[in-house]
Amino acid sequence: MKTIISAGIVALSALCAGPAFGQNLNGAGATFPAPIYQKWFQEYKTAHSSVQINYQPIGSGGGISAMTEGTVDFGASDMPMTDEQIGKLKVRPLHFPTVLGADVITYNLPGVSGALKFSGDTIANIFLGKIAKWNDPKIAADNPGVKLPSTDIVVAHRSDGSGTTFVFCDYLSKVSPEWKSKVGASTSVTWPVGLGGAKNDGVAGIVKQTEGAIGYVELVFAVQNKMAFADVKNAAGKFVTPSFASVTAAAQASKDLAADFRGSITNAPISSYTWLLIPSQIQDAAKKKAITDFLGWMLTTGQKDAEPLSYAPLPAAVVAKEKQQIAAIK
Amino acid sequence: MGTPAAAIRPGSKSVSRLSGGDELARAVTMLFALAVLAVAALLIFELWIHSSPAKEKFGLGFLSSTLWNPVTNEFGALPFIYGTVVTSVLALLIAVPLGVGAAIYLSELAAPRLSSILTFLVELLAAVPSVIFGLLAIFTLVPLMRGYIEPALKKTLGFLPLFTGPAYGVSYLAAGVILAVMTFPFIISVSREALLTVPREQREAALALGATKWESTWQVVVPFARLGILGSVFLGLARALGETMAVTMVIGNNPGIHASLLAPGYTIAAVIANEFAEATSDMYRSALVELGMVLFLLTIVINGLARILIVVTTKKGSARA
Repeated sequence: MKTIISAGIVALSALCAGPAFGQNLNGAGATFPAPIYQKWFQEYKTAHSSVQINYQPIGSGGGISAMTEGTVDFGASDMPMTDEQIGKLKVRPLHFPTVLGADVITYNLPGVSGALKFSGDTIANIFLGKIAKWNDPKIAADNPGVKLPSTDIVVAHRSDGSGTTFVFCDYLSKVSPEWKSKVGASTSVTWPVGLGGAKNDGVAGIVKQTEGAIGYVELVFAVQNKMAFADVKNAAGKFVTPSFASVTAAAQASKDLAADFRGSITNAPISSYTWLLIPSQIQDAAKKKAITDFLGWMLTTGQKDAEPLSYAPLPAAVVAKEKQQIAAIK
Repeated sequence: MGTPAAAIRPGSKSVSRLSGGDELARAVTMLFALAVLAVAALLIFELWIHSSPAKEKFGLGFLSSTLWNPVTNEFGALPFIYGTVVTSVLALLIAVPLGVGAAIYLSELAAPRLSSILTFLVELLAAVPSVIFGLLAIFTLVPLMRGYIEPALKKTLGFLPLFTGPAYGVSYLAAGVILAVMTFPFIISVSREALLTVPREQREAALALGATKWESTWQVVVPFARLGILGSVFLGLARALGETMAVTMVIGNNPGIHASLLAPGYTIAAVIANEFAEATSDMYRSALVELGMVLFLLTIVINGLARILIVVTTKKGSARA
């Protein structure tokens, strides 16, 4: 009996620990980049069989909490940590952008063919409830030659807290002072108007079913579901069609990214980085090596996985800066 | 464990062994019962501890504030309490007459064969996961509401503040209707059981006194099964209060208080499910946990009221008898 039990324990622990002397890393956080993270960790394991990285997509908030409580080796977030949040951590975290995601403006306006064009200010006013009809002069001004109906605008937004909402509101806060003071940017906000739908499909559902509806969804989602989405005016005054290439280009051109990688891109298309949060000090030498090796791999080989999985890869300048930051992990 | 004194006495050995078994069973089952209590206590403790930052900051004002702003970290529960109560009450208003009526038909009036088939189907319906009902609601109920039901309500009853404003489809009303659909299998199932336990003699006595079939059912059988029927209603109410997925898919998730049933709203369970994963600040999380506690208390209060109602009506019943 005893031998059976101990044999069982040995077998169990072998199952849990994987190969002998392997390095286990545990992370948790954002759900938006979870598909590419899972792929990366799996691929990395195939190439480096001694390193097993486990990732729990529990949400950005959960990832930051887990970092604060020290229950994970690294976190992940769609929203850079605030100074207050960083202050609560024993070890200062470093932000490593991994890929870019973009939001698009999708709408349901029968009778209008071709992509509509919006300037940032107009989008903000629509989501503030100040522009309530589709034939508003401000929308017409951006879309010369398009015959706009007098339909009421129905705003659709995410009801669940999400990085998508943060990216969108962060953009609106930058283009509209009024949005910044009245609403602000977070993973969920107090919407002045509109209907909330859960996840991308919830918003898409409202937009598809409601004539005159307008909402925002992830670029990936809009592409996969063949939804109409708008061109957005960038800081240079040009209308840009959202695509993976234009997102990376906008990120490349953006001068807004802070030295510690916290911050986002003001330019259209509406897009943002998503971050891995890595402690700046790692006591365990083996663990430190595993993490820094992985980061190096992610910035080079890993980036090739971005587009097939519908994320925009990092611009070269950011990759170069991040490589320097890896050395800052002590 | 066993009492040695009893074991020494000849002849009583088997009795003592039996009573030892009884004690053991008593202890074990008591442990199980206490485990349930312990879970409830732990739940309250955890909710209390994790909601303390919000309790300290907002105090009782949390219950009456209508502000819900994660950006400025200001939180209030009133729109969610309102949405939860309104949708649950709506659901019961629709589901109770339907459910009790159907239960009466199934237990009293339907042919036995038909009754058993229908009962089976009802029980099947009760086992459908709520997210399936949510999908049903999104793809059929919401377009129906927007296209036909809400415009019709506005046209006929639009003079009431209850039926004003634009018809988006997603609304308190849609949530109430889908909750009614979800609760009424429970009401039918439990009410039917209660009606079936009414002794045959009761019906026969009523019929012998010259009552018609309907009079005997409505005036004798239903009052006799009153407790069970009430129980079914509160079971349904409990499901309606705590339902999350199906509600969030059709209620519009708008944290405001609107008199119109056609307006979008929000419920406690829905906001917790929607916002918890991405709640990034401690105060935000704590406010969501406090909302959980409010829902818990709301359920306790409503259950308490239910108990009182049962006690009061039972007394009345016995006095009349």
